[in-house]
Amino acid sequence: MNLTLHVWRQKNARTPGRFVTYAAPDVSEDMSFLEMLDVVNERLIEKGEDPIHFDHDCREGICGTCGMMINGEAHGSLEGTTVCQLHMRFFKDGDEIIIEPWRSRAFPVIKDLVVDRGALDRIIQSGGFISVNTGSAPDGNAIPVAKGAADVAMDAAACIGCGACVAQCPNGAAQLFVAAKISHLGFLPQGQPERWQRAEAMVAQMEQEAFGSCTNYGECEAACPKEISIDFIARLNHDFLRATLWRAPKARGGGGAG
Amino acid sequence: MQLDSKIPSGPIEQKWDRYRFDLKLVNPANKRKFSVIVVGSGLAGAAAAATLGELGYNVECFCYQDSARRAHSIAAQGGINAAKNYQGDGDSIYRLFYDTVKGGDFRAREANVYRLAQISVDIIDQCVAQGVPFAREYGGTLDNRSFGGAQVSRTFYARGQTGQQLLLGAYQALARQIGRGQVRMFPRTEMLDLVVVDGEAKGIVVRDMVTGEIRSHAGDAVLLCTGGYGNAFYLATYAKGCNGTAIWRAHRRGALFANPCFTQIHPTCIPVAGDYQSKLTLMSESLRNDGRIWVPKQAGDKRNPNDIPESERDYYLERRYPAFGNLVPRDIASRAAKAVCDEGRGVGPTGLGVYLDFAEAIGRLGRGKIEERYGNLFQMYEKITGEDPYTVPMRIFPAVHYTMGGLWVDYDLMSTIPGLFVLGEANFSDHGANRLGASALMQGLADGYFVIPYTLGNYLAPRMGRPRTTDLPEFRAAEAEVKERIDKLLAVGGTRTVDSFHRELGSLLWENCGMGRTAAGLEHAIEAIPELRERFWKEVRVLGDADELNHSLEKAGRVADFLELAELLCRDALHREESCGGHFREEHQTPEGEAKRNDEKFTYVAAWEWKGEGNAPALHREPLTFDYVKPSQRSYK
Repeated sequence: MNLTLHVWRQKNARTPGRFVTYAAPDVSEDMSFLEMLDVVNERLIEKGEDPIHFDHDCREGICGTCGMMINGEAHGSLEGTTVCQLHMRFFKDGDEIIIEPWRSRAFPVIKDLVVDRGALDRIIQSGGFISVNTGSAPDGNAIPVAKGAADVAMDAAACIGCGACVAQCPNGAAQLFVAAKISHLGFLPQGQPERWQRAEAMVAQMEQEAFGSCTNYGECEAACPKEISIDFIARLNHDFLRATLWRAPKARGGGGAG
Repeated sequence: MQLDSKIPSGPIEQKWDRYRFDLKLVNPANKRKFSVIVVGSGLAGAAAAATLGELGYNVECFCYQDSARRAHSIAAQGGINAAKNYQGDGDSIYRLFYDTVKGGDFRAREANVYRLAQISVDIIDQCVAQGVPFAREYGGTLDNRSFGGAQVSRTFYARGQTGQQLLLGAYQALARQIGRGQVRMFPRTEMLDLVVVDGEAKGIVVRDMVTGEIRSHAGDAVLLCTGGYGNAFYLATYAKGCNGTAIWRAHRRGALFANPCFTQIHPTCIPVAGDYQSKLTLMSESLRNDGRIWVPKQAGDKRNPNDIPESERDYYLERRYPAFGNLVPRDIASRAAKAVCDEGRGVGPTGLGVYLDFAEAIGRLGRGKIEERYGNLFQMYEKITGEDPYTVPMRIFPAVHYTMGGLWVDYDLMSTIPGLFVLGEANFSDHGANRLGASALMQGLADGYFVIPYTLGNYLAPRMGRPRTTDLPEFRAAEAEVKERIDKLLAVGGTRTVDSFHRELGSLLWENCGMGRTAAGLEHAIEAIPELRERFWKEVRVLGDADELNHSLEKAGRVADFLELAELLCRDALHREESCGGHFREEHQTPEGEAKRNDEKFTYVAAWEWKGEGNAPALHREPLTFDYVKPSQRSYK
């Protein structure tokens, strides 16, 4: 099939970008979307033009590196799919495709379709973990975990941190990303001791970044390549509210072993 | 050069305990006076950086990806082995040790493997405590499955995303240390050289991939956790960015490279569809638990698989290996697939494929059960091929998946350069000539969480108070070399893309140093690779500038290194006149077509020393002894 691409080209964060049109002839339906871009890039290089930069790595839908807006939809229109797993059989001859980087103030463009998602890492660094030093863990079976809780935790833990939820959200909100981590850890008994402070810390960091606020559009769930449920956002709100309403008493502390 | 593996004395069960008692310790208040460089943030790197940070060391961690969470450990599907014996089915540390030594075809160090099996149980505890959502039984205990040819159920898993969940556990532990200021993280930063001062590793030179800045970092030790070099083959199951540059640059600085020819070709990948193919996708080996592998009995049978009656199908693994059937180890399953395709019985448009059929399992267990076990894998298969594996048998073919070879390390995981440690897939240590399924995650985490925190202290303790600075001529010289190489790549101004060279190298390796290797093929490759290298440096076209995000430039540097590494791979394969594990020399096989080892001549680790451009590398041998598991021909019949 023959396609026409309108691709966002931007040299760097300081230079304004613009759309550039490229022809993509002889596209095979068995190619992935990124392989189609590879072929376009090979031709650009042969012509002496700078290839289109886009992030990608594993190309099997798990690392979360790739991502772009395709005709206004994060990762394209196929449900539950990252762009590396989107195959050209879902397009047809003559299609015009508009390709843009993630749209979000919190994800500044680095070059072309490559953006900086460091804000998501900083949210995890603020509290998206269970504090357990290596070597101090009890036996794996010492803490039973109900199968249901483990399964729901796994549903939430499937987040790949690609940022599609933020990119698709009209507000540019990161609630689904934060909710997924809060829920993954909060459904497990191991996550209970830090549950409330985790919610508070992660929300505080989220608000420091340039994300918008959640108004329940639900676009995040629709765009998520791992189909993470928006229900988790209700749990995030619950945990955050609980954390701010009932603060744990603070011990006076001090003193050490003689 | 005498290779000293520094294996502790005493019975194998006591070696690690003795070592841990005898080692030198760094007092808790002194750890903050040391700075450690960790390159790579996969299971080994993230686990090491997090744990060293917890202990109080200052850590700088580097990765080429935009976030530490993206390292390719994330793609491991099947699971992680541990000798917990939660199923009470006869597993033990000794059995995991035995299976790993045997599975590695008697080319691994016994002491290292035993330690790995011992530590395996602690890994599960640590990961559970971090919140890794492993599969559970209804009573709340951990579930296990049998995996990759093991006759006990010792594999822990989190759906088909075990690597992802283990990596996120390690990433979160690392994030906690970054938040505490104990680890400084440098994403989108690539190591381009190792700096050796007075014979010891003292730092690295990196390129900031966004600004192009070339910068030095000094440390009291350098840990390379940069994964394997399988992308030398171009088409592989690795992430596109995986590369051998860090270990190759260290090799050129004096670190010996061990057993480069031990590469693993995984039997269950989605076959190649066209010449634009950019990578191969693995389908978890766990599929072999329920899927049956077959090809038509008749060569050239092009009928729809569902129209081929049972009597005209050859379930060749079940036929050749009745005891293990479809669960034979990877090297054996891959070679058997190649053999039936060589006979013209391969399936699919290219004839390079075999069927993996779930019809029998769906009939026995119901579609629901199969969906629960493999739903995400079936979905991925359908997305890529457009075929529904519930109704049409999957087509699979082997693909390069893992490299058992890597930089030579001693029992401390230290390379032949003092202060340079190598962890995870980047080293050669534990898998011999063939890695068992669900053992890569185990080794990466063992090295990072439970080995390096001890052995690093032993190295650092006597080095208290030594100066640490990048203000040395060695750093200036390394930076200048890195810059010169980048300028050279940009200045070639040829006509061919980097990828076109990489593809050419890949097919050269796959043809001559893939599943079946011959002296003639390897000699051809050893002549052709330097020619290709020469053409690369004359004809490659790298556009753009050095001081910006430049993917072509990044790729060009990596491919240039692969073009050197690939030659060593072939030289090692040519020198090893035997078949063992993933290394199959067609001249050395039994009358039944099985691998024939030559224990008398080749029971050693081949460690190669760089002798400068244009010179043949020097071979050093570390003899292997087997005091516990007596070498025998592996039999899975």
